Amino acid sequence: MNRRMVFYTIGQILLAEAAMLIIPALSALYFGESGWREFFITAAVAAGIGFVLTFTKPENRVIYAREGFAIVALAWVVLSVIGCLPFYISGEIPRFENALFETVSGFTTTGASILENIEGLSRCMLLWRSFTHWIGGIGVLFFVMAVIPLAGNRSIYLMRAELTGPVVDKIVPKMRDAAKIIYAIYIALTVIEIVLLLIGGMPLFDSVTHAFSTAGTGGFSVKNASIAAYGNPYFETVITVFMILFGINLNLFYFLLIGNVRSVFKNEELRAYVGIIIAAIAVVAINLMSVYESAGEALRYASFQVAAILTTTGFATADYTTWPEFSKVILLILMFCGACAGSTTCSFKIARVILLFRILKREIRRLVHPRAVSTVKLGGKVIEDNVIIGTCAFLAVYIVIALASLLLLSVESFDFETRMTAVVACLNNIGPGFGKVGPSGNYALLSGFSKAVLMIDMLFGRLEIFPVLLTLAPATWRKRA
Amino acid sequence: MLVKIVVVGGGKIGSALLEQLAKENHRVTLVDKSRRVVTDITNSFDVLGVCGNGATVATQNEAGVPSADLLIACTNSDEMNLLCCLVAKKLGAKYTIARVRNPEYNSQVQLIREELGLSMVINPDLVTARELFRMLRFPSAIDIDTFSGGRAELVGLRVRENSVLSGLQLRDLPKKVGARVLICIVQRGEDVFIPSGDFILRSGDIIRIAASRKNLEAFFGVLGALKREVGSVMMIGGSRISFYLSQMLLAIGVDVKIIEQNEARAVELCELLPKAMIINGDATDQSVLLEEGIDNTDAVVTLTGSDEENIIIAMYATGRNVPKVIAKVSRPSLSGLVAAAGLESAVSPRDITANQMAQYVRAVQNSIGSNVETLYSIAGGRVEALEFAVRSQSPDIVGVPLSKLSLKENILIACITRGSEIIIPGGDTVIMKGDNVVVVTTNPGLNDLLDILK
Repeated sequence: MNRRMVFYTIGQILLAEAAMLIIPALSALYFGESGWREFFITAAVAAGIGFVLTFTKPENRVIYAREGFAIVALAWVVLSVIGCLPFYISGEIPRFENALFETVSGFTTTGASILENIEGLSRCMLLWRSFTHWIGGIGVLFFVMAVIPLAGNRSIYLMRAELTGPVVDKIVPKMRDAAKIIYAIYIALTVIEIVLLLIGGMPLFDSVTHAFSTAGTGGFSVKNASIAAYGNPYFETVITVFMILFGINLNLFYFLLIGNVRSVFKNEELRAYVGIIIAAIAVVAINLMSVYESAGEALRYASFQVAAILTTTGFATADYTTWPEFSKVILLILMFCGACAGSTTCSFKIARVILLFRILKREIRRLVHPRAVSTVKLGGKVIEDNVIIGTCAFLAVYIVIALASLLLLSVESFDFETRMTAVVACLNNIGPGFGKVGPSGNYALLSGFSKAVLMIDMLFGRLEIFPVLLTLAPATWRKRA
Repeated sequence: MLVKIVVVGGGKIGSALLEQLAKENHRVTLVDKSRRVVTDITNSFDVLGVCGNGATVATQNEAGVPSADLLIACTNSDEMNLLCCLVAKKLGAKYTIARVRNPEYNSQVQLIREELGLSMVINPDLVTARELFRMLRFPSAIDIDTFSGGRAELVGLRVRENSVLSGLQLRDLPKKVGARVLICIVQRGEDVFIPSGDFILRSGDIIRIAASRKNLEAFFGVLGALKREVGSVMMIGGSRISFYLSQMLLAIGVDVKIIEQNEARAVELCELLPKAMIINGDATDQSVLLEEGIDNTDAVVTLTGSDEENIIIAMYATGRNVPKVIAKVSRPSLSGLVAAAGLESAVSPRDITANQMAQYVRAVQNSIGSNVETLYSIAGGRVEALEFAVRSQSPDIVGVPLSKLSLKENILIACITRGSEIIIPGGDTVIMKGDNVVVVTTNPGLNDLLDILK
């Protein structure tokens, strides 16, 4: 384990975070709020630690897979701890565990909140809250990679650990160029959404924060009632469309830009994604006809909520806890599904779901024809056995972690639905669950212990479990491997 | 400006080349048939990998050949390499390089280049033989890196015990040897220094010096180490490299003796090289070596197909006090062992070939931007020697005496070539437009001469 290099890279990340903290600080000065002091203090702390860690360049700058995993997992923890300081120091979120929960939920793009009165926060704090979603969406290290050359040749290990999906590939030969292209697409889409919301008449501040939350598929709103507060079908349509867009593999936008339209339309995962969205919206809308007055209303709420849950965003325009059981179960299933690999969404990912079904099919065939030779394909390419085993292992670990979290949360006195969906919503980085943690409730009621469990679940979910697990294993930190 | 390169084949030469190119920050895509090779290489270097047959249009399109500046084909099949280049050329790659090893194609290199439109055909055995030839012509040196088309050289040698150099402070060097030479790099064990005037040399150090030919000869004269040229060479193993090297040596009148184990090959060599002495025998047998006069030969070059055999025979020859011993070591994993075994000169066909190709890439790059003419990686990659051409009248550097320039740390201007003149710089030397400047540094990644300034 090259510890020097791990800490050096984390130092670089902290310097980047210090720079990011300047943005809410400047907004506070603009709004005439007193929050700028807290942001500058936090930025100074981050920069101070960053400078100490990056003071000497390590001689051995080589990193391998485990350093990559450790760097990413530690970086996300450190980022969250530093990032929660403004909330805590300013006293706007008085308890440290709550401030940390809110920040972890922000960076991991979960959107689970402990705030009972969101509108009571000052605007600079709300901006930072949504901004954490935007940063966490694609990944912090990936962002830093675009700006400074990180770790050189083997930086692919960092990318693998931070980006999501069963197989992570570069789109261009140089890691830095790839990072720049992806971030350029990300920024462009965010700006387009801001503009569209502005055209519809949403105030600038609300447009920016909501666009940040949509881009990261996070779900923090600046309103207590989330998007329902506006009751505006235009806003809902724009946000629905962009939630779905951010659920698409960002690489596909690049292929579209370079004119490779065929590979976009032939993308198997994208087709499945679109199919699932259409089917789910149709089924839920039909089921909701009895609840809402017109078919149009039912379609409006169904489409928004399906998109919000499937892309793990977690905005709300309706309190779906009051919907019929059938629709609730559909939403619950969607929670486990997630959107495309390589997007800003979390959860299981459609690519993995497709893979799992094909593996299942192959195993059944093998039972019938023990000598049959068959390969599992995705997107016309044969998937190697190690990816298949990795996908199955992911499913297994995922179930174990979900059950363990559920067990740990059983100390709470809430009903089963609340406890279970709290775990599901955090592990899949969705945000609101059902019951008391539904869209109209929040996570403030939980004990500090449960919050700690859920925070770890959120990190597990965003980093797809293995980086965090590896960092917790003592063998990773042994000097001699 | 970075060059967009597609490399077909990730074998020995391919991986050495990719390592070099990735280090120089080019946009590189690797094409290989084996998924395993692609995974291994993309894990180690910042390059894109494509799995497939590199000679097919579909794979080349996927690897982005139509928009590439350069395609380098170095699979283990000559025909495959040529086909790759032909397809790439038709798809729109600007330059193509093929590795072609079979000597039967040597005579039609001209045709391949002109009629088939390849930019460069490289034969690993031939370039290795050329490198060996160069080393044998200057036997006192461990290795020689040439700049400015061979006019300027950076010569490496070891400070021996009882040498004038051992214990010498560099400030006193001109007084002591009377020749104008510049010690650019000192390698002591694992450490590498770019020395200042206060530096004191010790025996066992490996130094690299810049000097003109005349001064170099005078310098070697003072050291008493000079034996100007090799008169007789014994080669162990009758490989293709031996054949090419023998041809070159025989042409300048050096006695060549080749020991080859395989009788058929020995006869074949005898027909091909009538002036050389071919011995059919097992070179791992000491009595054969002694009988054939290893004690009286000026140089031994071990060129069998086995690295281990090459190293062991070279060690034996060093023990018999043969003045110049060179071993061919192909596997990169053994290069550390070579130094530990006390062998000063070793050549690796893989590195030499990759270097030649990288050299060509730099030439392509110069035609579209950066200013590095030649680049050598020295002392296990920890020091770089770069040659820049001064093309513009930049006021920061041109016309300013070197003592007035504020250089970054660990940078040394080793020599300047102006026309046919080699200048070993002092404090009052001035760089002029049109010069070629060789810079030695431990900071990698210089792209322009201006980068050496603070």
